[in-house]
Amino acid sequence: MPVADFEPVIGLEVHAQLLTESKIFCGCSTAFGAPPNTQVCPVCLALPGSLPALNRKVVEMAIKAGKALGCKIAERSVFARKNYFYPDLPKGYQISQYELPICLGGTVHVAQPDGSLRGFGLTRIHIEEDAGKNIHGDAASEVDLNRAGTPLIEIVGEPELRSADEATEYLKSLRLTLVYLGINDGNLEEGSFRCDANVSVRRKGTEKFGTRVELKNINSYRFIRQAIEFEIERQVELIESGGTVRLETRLFDHEKGVTRSMRSKEEANDYRYFPEPDLPPLLVSKEWIDSVQLPARLPNQAFSELAASGIPATDARTIIADARLVTLYFDVLAALPAITDEGRKWTANTLCGELSRALNDGTADLAALKCTPAQIARVFALQTGGTISSTAGRTVLAELFATGSEPDAIVTAKGLAQVSDTGALEAIVDAVLAKSPGEVEKYKAGKKNLLGFFVGAAMKELKGKGNPGELNKIFKSKLGD
Amino acid sequence: MAIDRAQVRHVAHLARLSLSAAEEEKFAIQLSQVLGYIEKLNAVDVTGIEPLAFAGDQDPSQAKAALRDDRALPGLPREEALSGAPQRDAQAFLVPRIIE
Amino acid sequence: MDPSSLSLGALSDALARGETSASSALDASLSRIRAHDGEVKAFLRLDEAGARKAALGADERRSRKAPLSPLDGVPVGLKDIFCQRGIETTCGSKILSGWKAPYSATVVERLERAGAVLVGKLNMDEFAMGSSTENSAFGTTHNPWDLTRTPGGSSGGSAAAVAARLVPGTLGTDTGGSIRQPASLVGCVGMKPTYGRVSRFGVIAFASSLDQVGPFAQDVRGCAMLLSAISGRDERDQTSSARAVPDFTSSCARDVRGLRIGVPQEFFGEGLDPEVEKAVRATMARFESLGCTMKPISLPTAPHAIATYYIVATAEASSNLARYDGVRFGHRTKDVGSLVEMYGKTRDEGFGAEVKRRIMLGTYALSAGYYDAYYIRAQKVRALIQRDFLRAFAEVDAVISPTSPTAAFKLGEKLDDPLAMYLNDIYTVPANLAGLPGLSAPAGFTSSGLPIGYQLVGRPWDEETLFALAAAHERTTDFHTRAPALGKA
Repeated sequence: MPVADFEPVIGLEVHAQLLTESKIFCGCSTAFGAPPNTQVCPVCLALPGSLPALNRKVVEMAIKAGKALGCKIAERSVFARKNYFYPDLPKGYQISQYELPICLGGTVHVAQPDGSLRGFGLTRIHIEEDAGKNIHGDAASEVDLNRAGTPLIEIVGEPELRSADEATEYLKSLRLTLVYLGINDGNLEEGSFRCDANVSVRRKGTEKFGTRVELKNINSYRFIRQAIEFEIERQVELIESGGTVRLETRLFDHEKGVTRSMRSKEEANDYRYFPEPDLPPLLVSKEWIDSVQLPARLPNQAFSELAASGIPATDARTIIADARLVTLYFDVLAALPAITDEGRKWTANTLCGELSRALNDGTADLAALKCTPAQIARVFALQTGGTISSTAGRTVLAELFATGSEPDAIVTAKGLAQVSDTGALEAIVDAVLAKSPGEVEKYKAGKKNLLGFFVGAAMKELKGKGNPGELNKIFKSKLGD
Repeated sequence: MAIDRAQVRHVAHLARLSLSAAEEEKFAIQLSQVLGYIEKLNAVDVTGIEPLAFAGDQDPSQAKAALRDDRALPGLPREEALSGAPQRDAQAFLVPRIIE
Repeated sequence: MDPSSLSLGALSDALARGETSASSALDASLSRIRAHDGEVKAFLRLDEAGARKAALGADERRSRKAPLSPLDGVPVGLKDIFCQRGIETTCGSKILSGWKAPYSATVVERLERAGAVLVGKLNMDEFAMGSSTENSAFGTTHNPWDLTRTPGGSSGGSAAAVAARLVPGTLGTDTGGSIRQPASLVGCVGMKPTYGRVSRFGVIAFASSLDQVGPFAQDVRGCAMLLSAISGRDERDQTSSARAVPDFTSSCARDVRGLRIGVPQEFFGEGLDPEVEKAVRATMARFESLGCTMKPISLPTAPHAIATYYIVATAEASSNLARYDGVRFGHRTKDVGSLVEMYGKTRDEGFGAEVKRRIMLGTYALSAGYYDAYYIRAQKVRALIQRDFLRAFAEVDAVISPTSPTAAFKLGEKLDDPLAMYLNDIYTVPANLAGLPGLSAPAGFTSSGLPIGYQLVGRPWDEETLFALAAAHERTTDFHTRAPALGKA
């Protein structure tokens, strides 16, 4: 297998649209889906004389991303012009950052099955503006500039990824972090979270990177995997058959599942970057950086915390996949009578079990949960206090998520309380033993696992509401154990 | 520093100027002349000097406040936005079909 | 009284005293334009209807004793580089011919808010690139003192309109001397303020880090009044400064005794016309008689300013002019083939020779392999030029020099010699590179009767000292009161 002799080297460049109300350099709305050319003004149309006015919120969000990803935030960064002609680029240049970006370094952490985190390095994060859209027709192309000037951060990763799987995991983790921060909506299909991949291959054991190919136009995790895997195979086959990989940009054709060369880029680009003279250097004080607040727990911190308390990695990943679940998890924990490992596991189970079922059924909505964390915690107390069985607990939770009624009221209304009264239980135990003389004999002869049979029979009498612990105790004492 | 016709053609392509042969010829001569004059900058000792791109005023304590508030404002009505276009349809600017 | 005989300040006073009206002032302006602009060719187009409406509004406010400002009712002309809502704005270029701006520049809004009556748009070198107004796609403007000569450029229309008394005040822009040089060549006062003093929003860009808006008037006070009206922070231009704007009009009355004026040896050397030098030295003598001290200084890097400028300005311009692509506005070639052809032909047809030359030079200076050798090196030399000035300002309060090495040259004389044309700006360019304020005012006349100007360059944000000095000097001469003899139409 030739592919096995090679090692892929992958670096990702992610463009994430920032969730601001207005564009990066003008007051036009950034709302998605408006009719073409209805969110434009002299600035984003690049009319003669117009000038960019940088949106403060964009800088704040970039700082937030940088802090969350462990970057160094530059107190002085500089905007630069990237010059090229294209109809969706009204000024004939894109305002970006080049030599001096706002964030340097940083790490994307990916949760591992063993509960640990693996870090992949970032080169930088910089601020830039999005282009408009060309809509290709048969005779002519339409230009829609609604998107022109939408703020972006570009997160440039180091070439540290070695497989399509790693690349996918890296993207999922990065996307999750940005969504947590409330700065990006994570929508790959609408293009608000986009990825370009730089892919090269080298023979295993060699240091030197191969010639890289830039893959564009990938808008789902599935396509990212397909595009990278296709490209790795293509490059390996090319090299094995004596060819050489060309430095080029290739588009992923998701209908055919192949990458193909962009014909229009026959020449090397010469973007003629230089400092943007319409904007002063961007100065960000220490105070400003310090004042930018991060959420109490970022996804990878929450993952580590969950994993450390013995929660299985799969459950931990389910919970961290949504910031609201993380918040709920810790809020329920805080409402428990005491925080114990048992309580943690119960809470994780509840979120990954009953709650996720209710969310799937549509009986609950995470955006408008009907119950409070305290109510959820109350169910745990009712269970551990012996009022209800764990089976009944699940019934209470389902009802709680669907209606928001008080757990105690649900227990009463549904008659879920366990019979723990010793006198009442003894009468039932006696009746069960009286009906099963043969089993009693076998038990006494040593077949101790018949205890389950007795308890089950008593439960049947009690319609499932007997306290199993109490029943066990009474049976044992009556049977002389 | 002399600049030849081939360089003129390359630069003209970067700048998206379809120069005539006569223009290429003339610009090769004139640009060489101007670049020759500009050569004198090589005589200046710039060791340790930071390039100056922005000669304006910047008060670091005001840098944050000087940025724009994130507030959406109405832009141009579409009809007005498209009114200056050499070629358009009801909703967009039109350009020759783009082949990628 | 003929309001067109009044300077801007005098007209403002007359309006305040009710001796004339905005409508009469406008009538006087329009009749001067009809009589003389056929030969001067300062205006590209007039907005008579808009101006009439503004004048009536001003008169109505004056009648209620509620003028908006001292400029309420004063006719003002605009270089055709300023966007004015609903008005054709061409920047002297075929590529923008017929384009009506859908918005107004901040300075235009400020003038409107001050009550100024905006009469029309003035000729200029295409995209402000030139020193003679010969690079306009819409014909050449002529120097009112000698119609065979240039009024200078690029704001040649703005300067000529004031010199010919067509309007009492105009606005221009100055990237390398485009206000000061024409002011000098037509014998009026022109001021380029500190970089960031005036908003550039809505001002069609040539070189963003150098461009500044400034006024022209017959006298210093007129310039001060206009600058007061247009200065100050604009949120739409983040390179504009939030510094408080002084009352420049009152600084014209400031005492200048004891001020120290630097005389840079580098600005009095080779290439300087003897008549110009003589007039500027006489001006220096008048400053001494006003109680100022002349002090020889050195600006050792200044001789490299032109070379530096033609890298920095063209690099920025090559990028600023990329938006003229025939997609959203302006000219598009009829010969549309592929996208690349559409771009190339549109731009080749739409731009004139000088603009293309500068786009080529700037593109070259930024292109791969040349960026460090040209652009970065030029920006380093620029830092040295700024340092030279700031060192000098430790010892002097202003720097004096000729504005231009010669008086007005003949039209056509330098048209095919770009380098000779560029060297016109040798004394004015350093102030742009260093971001400093500069003013040109009349220093006298040549033996053949052509105006000569002197230049003062000041500390950053210290336009006041320049106004004070120039106003004090003006009070000792009558140069500014002399008007060119234009033929009767």
